[in-house]
Amino acid sequence: MHMVFRHSTDKGDKKMLVALAGNPNVGKSTLFNRLTGMRQHTGNWPGKTVGIAYGHCTYKDKHYVIADVPGSYSLIALSAEEEVARDFICFAGADAVLVVCDATCLRRNLNLVLQIMEITGNVIVCVNLMDEAKRKGVWLDLPELSRRIGAPVAGLSAGKGEGIDGLLEALYNLRPRPPLELDYGMHVEYALAPLIEELESRDLPFSARWLALRLAEKDASTVKSIEENLNISPDTDPALARAMEKTECRLRERGISQTRLSDLMAARLVEKAIELCHGAVSPDDEAFSNRDRKIDAILTHKVLGYPVMIVLLALTLWITISGANYPSALLGEGLFWLGDRLQSFFSGLGVPPMIVESLFDGVWRTLAWVVAVMLPPMAIFFPLFTLLEDLGYLPRVAFNLDGFFKKCSACGKQALTMCMGFGCNAAGVTGCRIINSPRERLIAILTNNFVPCNGRFPTLIALISMFFAGSAFSLAPAFMLTGVMLLGVLMTLLTSKLLSATILRGVPSSFTLELPPYRKPRVAQVVMRSILDRTLFVLGRAVTVAAPAGLIIWGLGNITYEGVSLLSILSEALDPFGRFFGMDGVIMLAFILGLPANEIVIPIILMCYMSGSTLMDYTSLEELGVLLIENGWTATTALCVMLFSLMHWPCSTTMITIKKETGSLGYTLLAALLPTVFGLFFCFLVARLF
Amino acid sequence: MPTYTLDTLCQGEAGTVSALMASGAERRRLMDIGLTPGTTVKSLFRSCSGDPTAYLIQGAVIALRREDAHTVLVRTTI
Repeated sequence: MHMVFRHSTDKGDKKMLVALAGNPNVGKSTLFNRLTGMRQHTGNWPGKTVGIAYGHCTYKDKHYVIADVPGSYSLIALSAEEEVARDFICFAGADAVLVVCDATCLRRNLNLVLQIMEITGNVIVCVNLMDEAKRKGVWLDLPELSRRIGAPVAGLSAGKGEGIDGLLEALYNLRPRPPLELDYGMHVEYALAPLIEELESRDLPFSARWLALRLAEKDASTVKSIEENLNISPDTDPALARAMEKTECRLRERGISQTRLSDLMAARLVEKAIELCHGAVSPDDEAFSNRDRKIDAILTHKVLGYPVMIVLLALTLWITISGANYPSALLGEGLFWLGDRLQSFFSGLGVPPMIVESLFDGVWRTLAWVVAVMLPPMAIFFPLFTLLEDLGYLPRVAFNLDGFFKKCSACGKQALTMCMGFGCNAAGVTGCRIINSPRERLIAILTNNFVPCNGRFPTLIALISMFFAGSAFSLAPAFMLTGVMLLGVLMTLLTSKLLSATILRGVPSSFTLELPPYRKPRVAQVVMRSILDRTLFVLGRAVTVAAPAGLIIWGLGNITYEGVSLLSILSEALDPFGRFFGMDGVIMLAFILGLPANEIVIPIILMCYMSGSTLMDYTSLEELGVLLIENGWTATTALCVMLFSLMHWPCSTTMITIKKETGSLGYTLLAALLPTVFGLFFCFLVARLF
Repeated sequence: MPTYTLDTLCQGEAGTVSALMASGAERRRLMDIGLTPGTTVKSLFRSCSGDPTAYLIQGAVIALRREDAHTVLVRTTI
């Protein structure tokens, strides 16, 4: 995933490009939101920002474009998202780079600060989480640090909005500085000299020293990026190749191998960071994290770890299901009542019946169902999930499940992308960029659809409530839904294993996962944000799809061919196929028409059964269940629909995302085929066994 | 002090990194997360399934699989 940037030569506009860089999980997105007033989703786990988000910020008379860059430990990128970060920091030509650091472990963060300062001197070190550091008894002498580093250092508590003004003032007053020149010792410097000299002879808008270091270091991905962005490569440039040869010769003579050179560079950065911190930052102390270790002792306990995970999941689902029941009924009744009033009003105005009926029986009713069935569960589930995310629990889930993923020759971070899939599979697929190995990343992309996204939750919840456990607050539906989700996880693992034993063969690659400190979730903020941003966003998408779908269904139900509606013709054609797998033609049609969004599957099924027949008001899920039973549904049918909902082709958005991320139509089709085949197989089994 | 691989450390034990046996990008990544020779690393706790293990490395808690920890040599007094 290499990016090529075109540099604008137009210096006329006063907008400055400011990059926000830093290690994962230090609060870059929180700072981004503070600076731009935007609401980029934040969460307490590494790898949350996968693309680059842009926002605007004005301070005094200067305008800034702020870019939120994915977190990385180093400019030596291992994963696709780190390549995005490296390419942006190195080649996007930012006027300033704000390197965000964690005040509680500043020394390790300085590694990246120094690497970035080798490219550009226009750096401000943002020491974030000062409040957390203070609470943990960590002391920092920021003025002294600034003097030693040779760059402005701003202390921040971005979550509380403290220190933002100081940072903006520092940015406003930032004067161009030359890049940092770290001394790598006589031998390396002597070897580098010919290369630096050669590069300096060209008029580059770039530090010749930095380029020389990278070319000598020979990290394949960085070298390729330099070639693409700056058009500099020893392969196509004889003069550079000669200089390179000289450098290599000098290194060889001194017995410095490629590995040794890389080690020397890495070690020099660490040494420098220690030098900078000595006496200005309190030494590493583990005593302060005792509370975290106590929580970890329970959450990752040998015996308790898994049950705690399942109970937390079941609890989340129980709160969602029992909390959504009543508001769903209320919303449904209200919207249907309103629809009826509006319909009679427009009929009274003399609007042609054809238009009124298509709008209200078609569009309005489908919309009402989508809103009534979807909004309450999402408005409860999203905030709960975001709370767990904010707390820092997700990386622990990945930590606990890694053993299973390793057995499937997959990456432990797949647990993180799987969790993202619970929210939205398209987001989960994009999130797979955090996985280093291309093979493991493909496995994660191809299997992401096995966990039910938020669009499929309401379908599952509605069916469980209708057929398996009606009474509110009973635990049975939550346990059943937990079972469905665990089946999804199991299928993810099985398919991963299958893929790594067949077309994506290989051994697990190296894996590092940071377990961030537990942070107290900002409850009010989380609830507001997750409802306003995520819930309304997902609902908006569902509504956009549901409205035309409602119109199409109404049309199919009302346009007749030789006295039979098109809907009946289509569903009857699909009927034998559906019946073979324990469902019927209407259900198959609904899943096909539901390709743009899974949310509308149940509304389509209901619309189909009702089309042409009497109008029916939304009263309760139980009554809708009666309608389904009248149309031949049994508990087996419901079970098959649930299984097929869990395992069928991904929605169109997810498929487009898979195509974009893998660049391959074949893998996109495979991603659709895998769950569909498994789904049909399970449905067939259930239909035959029960 | 005797040298062991990092994965042999028991929970709660600490050691000093003496060398890395990985190569290429993996080697650099271990260094970038803070495992450079001379730094102290402490084994904190294991996952439910026994692997990976969480280590305290320069103030951050980072999980490594057994295979990866096996490439890190540490000196320890145990």
